[in-house]
Amino acid sequence: MEHLTWSGNLGAILNPMMLAALVVFIISFLSNIALTIAGIRPGETVVNADHTLSIVRTPSDYALMGMKYAVLLFLACCVIYIVGGIVQPDLEARGIIGSLGARFVPVWIALIALFAVSITFKRKLGLYGKLFDSPIGMVGFGLVMFWIFTAIFAGLIATHEPLSQISSIRNGTPGVPLPDPEDGEYAFYLLGADSLGRDVFSRMVYGAVSVLRIAPLATLFAFMVGISLGLPAGYLGGRIDTIITFIANLVLAFPVILLFYLLVTPEIQDSFIPIVMGGVLFIFPILFFVTLFNSRFHTQPQLRNVLVGVTVVVGGWAYLSLLSDPDPESLFRPLPAAIDGIDVPKNILIVFVSVVFVNSPTVFRIVRGLVLDVRTRDYVGAAQTRGEGPWYIMLWEILPNARGPLIVDFCLRIGYTTILLGTLGFFGLGVSPESPDWGSTINEGRRLLTVYPHPPLPPALALMSLVLGLNLLADGLREESLKD
Amino acid sequence: MALFILKRIGVMALTALCLTFVVFFLTNLQPNLEKLAKTQGNARMTDAEVASWLDRNGYGGSMVSRYGEWLGVRPGWTLIDEETGEVTGRCVDLGDSLEDAPRFCGVLQGDLGYSTVSDDEVSSIVGGRLALTGKLMFWAFIIMVPAALLVGVLAGMREGSRLDRSLSTFAIATTATPEYVSGVIFIVLLASSQTGISPLLAEWGWIEGRTLFQGSARQAMDGANFWNFTLPVMTIALYGMGYIARMTRASMAEVMTAQYIRTARLKGVSFRKIVLKHALRNALIAPFTVIMLQFPWLLTGVVIVETLFNYNGFGWTLVQAASNNDIELLLTCSIVAVLVVLITQLISDIGYVFLNPRIRIS
Repeated sequence: MEHLTWSGNLGAILNPMMLAALVVFIISFLSNIALTIAGIRPGETVVNADHTLSIVRTPSDYALMGMKYAVLLFLACCVIYIVGGIVQPDLEARGIIGSLGARFVPVWIALIALFAVSITFKRKLGLYGKLFDSPIGMVGFGLVMFWIFTAIFAGLIATHEPLSQISSIRNGTPGVPLPDPEDGEYAFYLLGADSLGRDVFSRMVYGAVSVLRIAPLATLFAFMVGISLGLPAGYLGGRIDTIITFIANLVLAFPVILLFYLLVTPEIQDSFIPIVMGGVLFIFPILFFVTLFNSRFHTQPQLRNVLVGVTVVVGGWAYLSLLSDPDPESLFRPLPAAIDGIDVPKNILIVFVSVVFVNSPTVFRIVRGLVLDVRTRDYVGAAQTRGEGPWYIMLWEILPNARGPLIVDFCLRIGYTTILLGTLGFFGLGVSPESPDWGSTINEGRRLLTVYPHPPLPPALALMSLVLGLNLLADGLREESLKD
Repeated sequence: MALFILKRIGVMALTALCLTFVVFFLTNLQPNLEKLAKTQGNARMTDAEVASWLDRNGYGGSMVSRYGEWLGVRPGWTLIDEETGEVTGRCVDLGDSLEDAPRFCGVLQGDLGYSTVSDDEVSSIVGGRLALTGKLMFWAFIIMVPAALLVGVLAGMREGSRLDRSLSTFAIATTATPEYVSGVIFIVLLASSQTGISPLLAEWGWIEGRTLFQGSARQAMDGANFWNFTLPVMTIALYGMGYIARMTRASMAEVMTAQYIRTARLKGVSFRKIVLKHALRNALIAPFTVIMLQFPWLLTGVVIVETLFNYNGFGWTLVQAASNNDIELLLTCSIVAVLVVLITQLISDIGYVFLNPRIRIS
C-alpha cells in the first residue's frame, strides 16, 4: 500500500484555494498595517440630511474585507476537507486530513448538537448562555468541548491501541501504511509512528483522556480548599487570617518545579507523605459541604440531618477509598477491599495531591481578596443585622456574589494545571513509563526532534489548543460577566 | 519605611527558615538516605549495613539536629573510629585535625557542603551555573519586558479596538503556549535540517550552515551569539510575555478611563501626547510588580528550556541534582531558588510603595 497523502483527492482543488486565501490574507494584512501607519482610517458612517446613512469606503476597508473573506474561504476549505473525509469511502481518496476529520465524527456530532441546543436556549441559560454572544468565548468553548468530547469518545476515535508497537515502521512519517494489517484493523498510522512504532494519533487521543481526568478535578479540589480557607480569612480576619496567609505565602514562595522534583519521586510515593497531604487536602470538600448545609438548614433539623448525613457518608466513603491503597501491605487501609471503590494508583495520587497543593494558595488569595471587597456591601450588613451566623454569611451571601471572578479563574486555572501536568510529564515525574500523556510524549519525541519532528508535534499542538481554548473561554466569560 | 522593610525582612527570614526545613526534610527522608548509602557504598548492602553506613557518615541523628548542623547553629558531628582511631566529621576536612577544625560549619558559615555526584564543593559548582543562567535570564528579560510593555500599552490605549483585539489574542496565545511546546515548535520550524524554513533557505543559498538557528545551546555557554542563543531566549521570553502584556493592558485601559485623561482630552491635547505624557507613567506601576513576581515563574521556564536546549545552567543542575539524589547540591539549589523568589517579592513590595505616590505619602 502507498503512503497516504495529506490532502487526498480533494487536494487538487482545495490546496490552491487555501494557498490563495493565505496569500490574500497576508497581502491584506500588510496593506492594512501600511494604511494605518499612513493615517488612512476605515470609512465612517455619515448621517445624511434626509436621515439616510451612507458610508464611504476607504482602501483600509477593502483591506479589512480582504482579510475577512480570506479567513472565511480558508475555514470553508477546512470544512469541505472534513465533510469530504466523511463522505468519501476510500481512505486513500480521503487523505490524512480527510481521514482525521472522519475519525472525529462523534466529536463533530456532539459539538454541533451542543452548540445548536445552547444557541437556541441561550437567553434562558444565564452566564453560560451569554457566552454565546461573544465570538471569542464561543471559539474557546468550542476548543475546550472538542477535547472533552475527544476524551469521552477516545475509544471510538483512536485507530489503534496506545501501547501497541509495530517495530518495522518505527518513526514512520504521517500516513504510513501498516506492513500487514489484519481484517478490520485500521490500515494506516494517520500521524505517523513514534520511535517505538506506536501510533502518534491514537496516543494523542488517549493523552486527552489522561489530562482531562486529572486537571479539572484537581482544580476543583484546589478551589474547595482555597474557598474553605479564604472565606474565613477574609471575613473573620484577625489571627486566623495572619496564620493562613503566612502558610499560603510559604507555599507560594516555593518554586513549583522544585516542589515537584521533591514530592513526585518514587521514594515519596511509597512513604506516608501523600496520604497525609491527601488526608488534609481532601477533607476540605467534606467540611465545605457540611458547613454549607448546616449553616443554611440548621433551623430545619430534619432536612439538615439528612443533607449532612448523606454528605458525611458519601464524602467519607469517597475520602477513605481515595486515600486507601488496594495493596495489602500498604501503610493505610481503613476500608476493606470489598467497598474500596476508587482505586488510584500511587503515582497518580501524589501528582494529584501536589497539583492541588500548588494551586490552592493562589485560589485562597483570590477568594480572600474578593471577600474583603464583598463584605463591605449592604446585603452583608443586612444579613448581619438579621442575626445570621458568620458561616451563613460567608457561604450563602458572599460566595454566590463572588462567583463571577471565581468561574473565570477556574477556567484559567484548569489551563494552568494542564500546563503543570504537561511539565510533570515532560520531566517524567509521576507518570508510568509508557503513558500516552502529552507531556511525556513531547519529552520522548524531542530526542529525535530535528530528524523526525512528527511525533512530538501533535501532542504539543493539542496541549496548546486546549489551554488556548480555556484561556479564550475565560476571557469570553469575563467580558460577558462584566456586561451586567 | 525603614520599619516596613525591617518587618518584611523578618517575615522573609522566617519563610526562608521554614522552606529550607521542608526541603531538608523531603531530601533527607529515610528512603532517600538509603538510596544515597547504596549509591555511595555498595548497591547490595543489607539493611544493617545501610544503617551503620548512615551512622558513620553523620546521617544517624534526628532530622532536627541534622538540620541544625546543616544550617550551622549546632556543632557539626564528629566520630572517632574505635579501631583505627581515625577522626571523621562534618567539619573535620576543613582543618588539619579535630582541634583545628571549626565547630560549626553550615550554610550560615558559608559552607554549602559537598556534591556526591560531581565530586566537588557545591559552592564552586553553583556559582558558575548561576552565571550561565543569569546570562540567559538577562537576555530573556531584555526581550520580554519591552515587548510586553509595548504590546500591553498599544492594546490598552484604545480598549475594544481591532488593534486591542488582535494584540490581546496574541497575548492569550503566548500564555497558552508553555515552554516545552513553543521550544519544540521553534526547533521544528527554525532549527531542523528536514522541516521548517531551514531546508528552503539552505537550498536558496541564503544561509551557510544546514539550519538557520541551532537547536542546542551548548555552545552558547562559552560564546553566545545570535544563532545559538536566540531560540532558548525566545522560548523563555514568549511564555512570560503574554502575562505581563495582559497586566499592562488592563492597567493602561484603566488609566485611560481616568478623569485626568478626560480632562487632558477636553483641553485638546493630542492622543499621542496623552498616551506618552499622561497615561504611560501611571499605567506602568502595576506591571512593575508583575514583572518582579515573574522571576519565580521564570525559574520553571529556565529549568525546562535548559533541559530542552542542553544548556548547563542552574535549572539543568537542579534537574541533575534531583534525579541523581545529590542531596547537598539539591539543598543549595533550593536555597538559591527560594532566596530569588523572596528577594524579588521584597523588591516588588518596596518598589510598589516607592512608585505609587498614593501609598508613599500616606
